[in-house]
Amino acid sequence: MADFNVNVREVGVVNIIELKGYLDAHTAPELESAFNKLIDDNNYKVVVNFDELNYISSAGLGVFMAYVETMRENKGDIKFTNMKENVYNIFDLLGFPMLYEFFKDEKEAVDKFEDKSNDQ
Amino acid sequence: MTSNSKNFKKELVIKSTTENLSKVRDFTKSSAEAIGFSKEAIGKIILAVDEACSNVIKHAYKYSEEGEISVSLNYKDPKFVISITDEGTHFDPDLIPEPDIKEYHKQKKVGGLGMFLMKKLMDEVKYKNLSDNRNQVILVKYFQ
Repeated sequence: MADFNVNVREVGVVNIIELKGYLDAHTAPELESAFNKLIDDNNYKVVVNFDELNYISSAGLGVFMAYVETMRENKGDIKFTNMKENVYNIFDLLGFPMLYEFFKDEKEAVDKFEDKSNDQ
Repeated sequence: MTSNSKNFKKELVIKSTTENLSKVRDFTKSSAEAIGFSKEAIGKIILAVDEACSNVIKHAYKYSEEGEISVSLNYKDPKFVISITDEGTHFDPDLIPEPDIKEYHKQKKVGGLGMFLMKKLMDEVKYKNLSDNRNQVILVKYFQ
């Protein structure tokens, strides 16, 4: 069985989803549950930290596509950080860099959300 | 050692559950490593095989766990052929349009990405109808 783990923690107004292991058609529902819970609690500002994610298939990418609009409609977003090159390459093949923000480290992504809330 | 000595043929048969995807990836990985593919190429091959099997589980067997999927690996220097065979519902790949990725994100359409990725990751992708209502996806990567 694929080794996979989702952990969610708060940094100010932002929720960080930490992914670990292998995200495929078997494990993608765990990530969906994490997004559903965030939406239930009205948390729409999400940073996904890929530091310990080794593998992703289209089932995993589909989760972000399914939830990003809801986040954006509620003044939030899904931003990506700490992606390994092999994982980033798959996002790139599917055109994600045109529509999502990618950051080298988590703090940059969190700061981006906080800048926006200061402007309002 | 001549390059021909690396030629081989192997098969793995699994039940159609997503839980088995990691088994398929491990099986494919060890053979691709034995051939000597680069780490990058191995990553691409594994993902393409995962996508093909995920599509079979989802579309051909509609998540029924009773179906069988055969993953057969055949290396004949320099050609690595992976054949994924199922006995589920037939689908016509020509009816699935190649996605315009920008439109895709706008429409929040999630399906069809696997087929698109397979084409990008492999050198050849073919779909076949076999006898006894079997369907086959053939993925090819050349060893350079």
